[in-house]
Amino acid sequence: MNVLNFINAFFSDSAHWHGYDGIPTRLGEHLQYTLTALGIAAAVGLPIGLLTGHTGRGGNTLALIATAARALPSFGLMVLMFILLGLGMAPVMIPLVVLAVPPILVTTYEAMRSVDPAPVDAARGMGMAESAVLFRVELPVALPLILSGLRSAAIQIVSTATIAAYVSFGGLGRYIIDGLYQRDYEKVVGGATLVAAMALTTLALFWAVARFTVSPGVRGRG
Amino acid sequence: MSELFDMPSDLQNTYFGLVALHLREALLPVLAGLLLALPVAQLCVRVRWLYPPVLWVTTVLYAIPSLAFFVVLIDYTGLSELTVMIPLAVYSLVVLVPAIVDGVRSVPQETLAAATAMGFGPVRRYLQVQLPIAAPAIIAGLRVACVSSVSLVSVGMLIGNAGALGNLLNSGMIYHQPRLIWLSVVGTAVLAILVDAVLIGLRVLLTPWMPRGGTRENTRPLAVKEAAR
Repeated sequence: MNVLNFINAFFSDSAHWHGYDGIPTRLGEHLQYTLTALGIAAAVGLPIGLLTGHTGRGGNTLALIATAARALPSFGLMVLMFILLGLGMAPVMIPLVVLAVPPILVTTYEAMRSVDPAPVDAARGMGMAESAVLFRVELPVALPLILSGLRSAAIQIVSTATIAAYVSFGGLGRYIIDGLYQRDYEKVVGGATLVAAMALTTLALFWAVARFTVSPGVRGRG
Repeated sequence: MSELFDMPSDLQNTYFGLVALHLREALLPVLAGLLLALPVAQLCVRVRWLYPPVLWVTTVLYAIPSLAFFVVLIDYTGLSELTVMIPLAVYSLVVLVPAIVDGVRSVPQETLAAATAMGFGPVRRYLQVQLPIAAPAIIAGLRVACVSSVSLVSVGMLIGNAGALGNLLNSGMIYHQPRLIWLSVVGTAVLAILVDAVLIGLRVLLTPWMPRGGTRENTRPLAVKEAAR
């Protein structure tokens, strides 16, 4: 048997397409975890990153936080939170947010720092207010890098939300974990295919967003 | 005190045995990734048009979730440590290729010309001039690869208890022993920080010509790229 046969068998089985354990339900759950975690992480990381990047203060502290957060094993943290907090949204969200904040924070900071100072000075010289300098000059130039930070955060969340199934949560990881326990390899490979497809769709989505939001002037130069 | 590190017998290992296993399972793939990345990166430096497609492939490979990668390999390599180590080697390769390419490309043209004028052949020039100058960039890549590898080994627990310290997570759950879960999480984090510290030390040793305070500015653009991965 080859992996492609398993994938084919999984997707052609109509039992996998509806009900509580159907692909639409699990996909929806996975999407919900991902969007919530990304939303919280962006709400924390983006403003702090923009502000520290704009003022240029606190870079070392941010680098330190990012290194420390990267050393934390997200899977272990998820299991730990689960036994400390029990069944609920928090044990999944805390590790996912901890995982996603550092790339967003550090990349946003570095993106703001790497903006050419000449146009920023020119904007100030033209009498732009600080907030206008931030949002109308620095932000558009820094946008490609900021998006790449959000992208890597989103992909890591999709990947790690899979593991939430181990501590009894839903999402696409359910197929992999249940399949492993039930020795149903068809289910395992089907789940893995869905997770990989979702990660690659995320990648494509961010590429498309960058295409439409980054101004042509910035894109051409990069 | 000794009770703190007592392990359930079914793991058939001591705590520090698991730590050693964890290190081996995390670092061997990085080493394999480095050995593969060096020729690939050299090829990308030599054949310029090759680099953008290679970068695309690496971005896509890196996006594939580890658990999905593991379980697809089960069919070929079984429920073993190898199944965990192959994806980790691929992730390391993916992190290291851009780091090495950027490092080797940052060597100034004059330096290369000077080496050639001194009679260095291409191989000697690569080993004695390009690689040492690229060392800080390569080690920055190694740091990211090692730390994420140490963290990801734990996930191997899900496929037939091949996760070294990660196996403690399962033991802690089935035996209701939060202590084991703490041991796993803290142990893995400390391991990651120690490996990171050793690599920083290695960079200081390998690049004695760099001022210690001034290294930050040089490695900074790389830090952005890595954070962006």
